[in-house]
Amino acid sequence: MKLQEYMSKDLLRQGGIAVPAGRVAETPDEAAQIAHELGGRVAVKAQVLVGGRGKAGGIKVADSPEEARQAAQQILGMDLKGLTVKKVLVEQGIDIDVEYYAGITVDRSQQSMALMLSAMGGVDIEEVARDHPEAIQKVRIDPGYGLRPFQCMQAMYAGEFGGPINELAGIVTRLASIAEADDAVLAEINPLVVTKDGRAMAADAKIEIDDSALFRHPSLAPYKDEAGDDPIELYAARHGLPYVKLDGNIGVIGNGAGLVMMTLDIVRQVGGRPANFLDIGGGARADVVRKAIEIVLMDGKVDGIVMNIFGGITRGDEVAKGLLEAASTMAVRVPIAIRLAGTRAEEGQELLIGSPFEPVGDVASAARAVMARAGSATVPAGS
Amino acid sequence: MSILIDDRTKLLVQGITGREGNFHTTQMQAFGTNVVAGVTPGKGGSTSAGVPVFNYVEEAVRETGANASVVFVPGRFAGDAVMEAAAAGVELIVAISEWIPVHDSIAAITFARSHGARVIGPNCPGLTSAGKAKIGIMPNYLFQEGRVGVVSRSGTLTYEMVDELSSRGVGQSTVVGIGGDPVIGTSFLDVVTLFDADRDTDLVVLIGEIGGRDEEIAAEYIAGRQGKPVLGFISGRTAPPGKRMGHAGAIITGGEGGPEHKVDALRRAGVQVFDTLGALADRAAEVVGATAAV
Repeated sequence: MKLQEYMSKDLLRQGGIAVPAGRVAETPDEAAQIAHELGGRVAVKAQVLVGGRGKAGGIKVADSPEEARQAAQQILGMDLKGLTVKKVLVEQGIDIDVEYYAGITVDRSQQSMALMLSAMGGVDIEEVARDHPEAIQKVRIDPGYGLRPFQCMQAMYAGEFGGPINELAGIVTRLASIAEADDAVLAEINPLVVTKDGRAMAADAKIEIDDSALFRHPSLAPYKDEAGDDPIELYAARHGLPYVKLDGNIGVIGNGAGLVMMTLDIVRQVGGRPANFLDIGGGARADVVRKAIEIVLMDGKVDGIVMNIFGGITRGDEVAKGLLEAASTMAVRVPIAIRLAGTRAEEGQELLIGSPFEPVGDVASAARAVMARAGSATVPAGS
Repeated sequence: MSILIDDRTKLLVQGITGREGNFHTTQMQAFGTNVVAGVTPGKGGSTSAGVPVFNYVEEAVRETGANASVVFVPGRFAGDAVMEAAAAGVELIVAISEWIPVHDSIAAITFARSHGARVIGPNCPGLTSAGKAKIGIMPNYLFQEGRVGVVSRSGTLTYEMVDELSSRGVGQSTVVGIGGDPVIGTSFLDVVTLFDADRDTDLVVLIGEIGGRDEEIAAEYIAGRQGKPVLGFISGRTAPPGKRMGHAGAIITGGEGGPEHKVDALRRAGVQVFDTLGALADRAAEVVGATAAV
């Protein structure tokens, strides 16, 4: 679950890291009120989970409460890369002297968390990694001992950080503690700044919490609805079904993440465009299959559905029953082709004989059959 | 031979009295696995699937000499279960559980290593040495004894791959599902290295997917050795960046984890990479046939 900037900064503040004073506003009046309380210059920042907010006009500086009101008026309701701005963060303006980068991430190849530091702050770390890999210091964090202060200092000196090093290292060790305590898979301060009056603070922050660990953090539950997920994705998640919205018109349902990914690839190979990823998982019963079809059909762009089932724990006859139940309990407005193999596939195939869902031998044929009946626009293979 | 498990494996099932634990214990027994003990706190002294149940792992190991464990407990308790098995001296710990918090996986894997144990998974289907033993949830009927080693991050793709091989009469030595999470205890590199050293494996099949650099790291090793031929497949070739495709670890982030890079790295290392599992199985049949004829 990705947290908005203001939520991320709440966690930093609670963990003892200095952030600019400020609060979140949902109306221009609130923004003006907050600016009045803060006094002086403020920044009004759109709270949406996209990069490059500044360039897209989602961040404005205001010198008075009235200007803050106007800025909020412009930003609230704005569409930033497909997301509507519903909240702005109104923050005290800071005079920045230097910008650094500090991030705690999962290091998959080391099976640990890692600290990334760079003196090139304020820009996307992925760009730095690509264009100036030598400008990034990476430190493995021992899960038994956590990030030690000397490791931070060492990396900062090696990375040519300047200014209040002790204070900066304090922020970074606290960031690692927050990542550990809050089950973050990413905790990033970018930029980590030194102000003209010599203070170190987090000017922007991005935290992502491990979805598997949310049970340990009930206080974060209210943030879930702001995590920026597609409404169909949220609905599917509530029913325990991993669903990812894509931009095509051929719905895809399968059992097992790898198998579904491969099915998407095959739909593409034969010239179709997948509308979604949906994994019914292992051992799905008929009702889950029915729910899966309902979810895929929530996307109005879907013209046909390809199902790919390789039964292990999942039984082919259960899947076939689910398909038939779906057809009898709701309007299935599109063609569905199914490839059914593995456990009880033959029994499942028998159930489907004479129904509109006759099984097809392989996924490519299923995709072609659906595309032909859907009359869907095709794109060249491999595009 | 085979790798990691064989007929000397004495298996302990953590979470044996749960629905999944109980069902898969009977399946593993039907496959021929020697299941010696189960553990469920509070159920010690009972039996499940004909196996004695203990309250804690150390007792189960002391009483039965179990040398491998499989973890079926829910994700939120699974990290602790892995640590308990490692602390009790179990050498091989297979974590089937999904939804283990990443920080728990990191701690459990680190702890297990410091106790000399190997973790497979989490979020994996387990592993099978055809004709000898199975740990985990792979369907029993798929396997045929033979000389192809299979390693994969995905469960169902593994089943499909093994089915394609068996239907062509190409048997397997050991099939290992290493798991779909971002942090896992045993990597492609680890398993390919073990297959290289196994006298009963002639060919390695590697089924990768988007996310991370595990395939690339294995490719570096494969390129630098005089070892067995490797055939590859990568799923998620058309997945968009930034979207997590079902598996927690299947995500392309910041230019890392993309499919082209993995395919290129494997091809540069001399691995033949296929667009379909059927084509891969056809080639496997040729290679193993050729090897057998030498």
